[in-house]
Amino acid sequence: MTSDRLRLLLPMMSLAVLLGAVFYLQPRAMSYFGLNLLFNLAIPVALATIAQMMIIMVNDIDLSVGTFVSFCACVTATFVHDTPLLGYAILATAILAYAALGALIQLRGLPAIVVTLGMSFVWGGLAVLILPSPGGASPEWLKTLMGLKTPLIPIAVIAPLVIALVVHLLIKRSWVGVILQGVGGNERAMERAGWSVVRLRAAAYGLAGLFGVLAGMCLVGLTTAADANIALRYTLLSIAGVILGGGEFVGGRISPFGAVIGALTLTLAASFLSFLRLSPDWQIGAQGAILILVLAVRLLFLRKEAAA
Amino acid sequence: MTDKTVLTQARPNPARTVLQKPWLWAYLAATLTFAATSMIAGSDAGSLFYAALTFASFSAIVGIGQMLVITLGPGNIDLSIPATMTLAATLALKFMDTQTALILPGLLVAIGVGIGCGLVNFILILLLRIPPIIATLSASFLYQSLAIWSNRGLRIKPPESLAEFATGGALGIPNVALAGIILATGAWVLLERSIAGRWISAIGQNLRAARLSGVPVNAVRFGIYVNSAVCAALTGFLLASFSGGANLNMGTEYMLMSIAVVVIGGSSIGGGNSNVPGIWGAALFMFLIVSMLNSYGLGAGIRLILTGLVIVGVVTLASRKGYDA
Repeated sequence: MTSDRLRLLLPMMSLAVLLGAVFYLQPRAMSYFGLNLLFNLAIPVALATIAQMMIIMVNDIDLSVGTFVSFCACVTATFVHDTPLLGYAILATAILAYAALGALIQLRGLPAIVVTLGMSFVWGGLAVLILPSPGGASPEWLKTLMGLKTPLIPIAVIAPLVIALVVHLLIKRSWVGVILQGVGGNERAMERAGWSVVRLRAAAYGLAGLFGVLAGMCLVGLTTAADANIALRYTLLSIAGVILGGGEFVGGRISPFGAVIGALTLTLAASFLSFLRLSPDWQIGAQGAILILVLAVRLLFLRKEAAA
Repeated sequence: MTDKTVLTQARPNPARTVLQKPWLWAYLAATLTFAATSMIAGSDAGSLFYAALTFASFSAIVGIGQMLVITLGPGNIDLSIPATMTLAATLALKFMDTQTALILPGLLVAIGVGIGCGLVNFILILLLRIPPIIATLSASFLYQSLAIWSNRGLRIKPPESLAEFATGGALGIPNVALAGIILATGAWVLLERSIAGRWISAIGQNLRAARLSGVPVNAVRFGIYVNSAVCAALTGFLLASFSGGANLNMGTEYMLMSIAVVVIGGSSIGGGNSNVPGIWGAALFMFLIVSMLNSYGLGAGIRLILTGLVIVGVVTLASRKGYDA
């Protein structure tokens, strides 16, 4: 438990430092409106990061998160807007497809990294078929939900924290979560204990699909339109977010709060540069640099922990 | 980490691997798609073969680099290949500034960029103990920014004679394919006929055992990561010369390509067991499948979907182990 807390401390500190730097550079950002603007796109990024976390939890990695979220956004902006029933049916099928992939990967012992890389083509192709050129429209209720004026603290800050809390309760505080983490910790032991690892992996992938769908829907609610490439960057952002938040690639060691904070940090890193008045050329580079920096600091932390 | 893999992954039984060379499947699939494209769609077989060799060589060269990295064992993968390609191509072409006299120094610039990127990757992995996926990923963000900054959205042209070399050929084989075949032969000799090759496989099979038996683990890993980046840089250089200039998206598709050719080519994604011929077979197959779908006149969306399904399908069929571990 204490080591879990320690793991969470670092991402929180890096977010705080970055936020402090932004406020120092631009004091006007320290307001309801400013915060909303800073974390504007944090909700879909946080959801996509949670999706990735579900996969990393079972020792796999998903390289199709970005195209999958784009696909879901395209479905939301077209089918869900025009013919809601069909739209939700498509999204539900997509979640089932994700679960089926998890089962396939387990059944045949496939490398998840390659399967999801292949699937990224499939989702990308479907997205292009649905929306060959940018367009579509957001369902009204989504637009209203995303534009909600919550009192005191803007929704862009509240929503990710609520998401983290819900996932935390599901993964860290319920039997379902314990078993799913067990798959990442020791697959064999879970199997010997009588669990069907095929079903468990399918469940983890299904959860990832669900959060991917939610990410796509929220993204459309924010941008009010979609295109086939809208979320391609999410694949890398989500992996980085999970690791930044204290997750590990093996052993089922993940933290929902950490992942969401990691996502917030990366979102903030992008806007940080514009406050520094640096060229946007360096935006991606800054995300990379922050990632390296945090991981370097984490190494120092863990060494101290090991020494103590 | 390594102990677990040894447990969960059933090693293919040696007698079976001799009988069924894993790379045979890649060539079989490539031949089938070649036949399907040239006969049913009626395109000219000769020019199709030439084009396949040309484009496959780009995937093959990055694939060789990626394969050696993947051989090092679970968790080892180079995600910085696309960014390295773009950065090397951009800086080299900018340096040459379309002057023929600067071609050789330009090539050295590209290779130098490759060595630099490989060094940065390895420093992050070794000194900061960052998992390779995240290390190469975050480093690739830096390379990408560097490339964007130095490129400024312009399309930098290669010197004319270099472009001629990259698009030309000798004895009916494209020059770039010759380069790819020479590199593949080199990689085969390294992996199958040299001590270093044994070391690479040994590390992939069991890192701790390799270290205890005196394999210079870090030196080997260093060499492999630098090699992967140099392969990527070289591909970027050739691809930019071939396609008339460097642009910022030139590397994008090679992220998938480099991993796909390794796996379809029959190497174990868990590391420790790789084969070089499969890389070329898989690279040819990956190009031919796209050109087959193209020649049937399918739209971009369908083409993407089918390519993806083929990759998933091939990996599923090629998986040599069922769920009996």
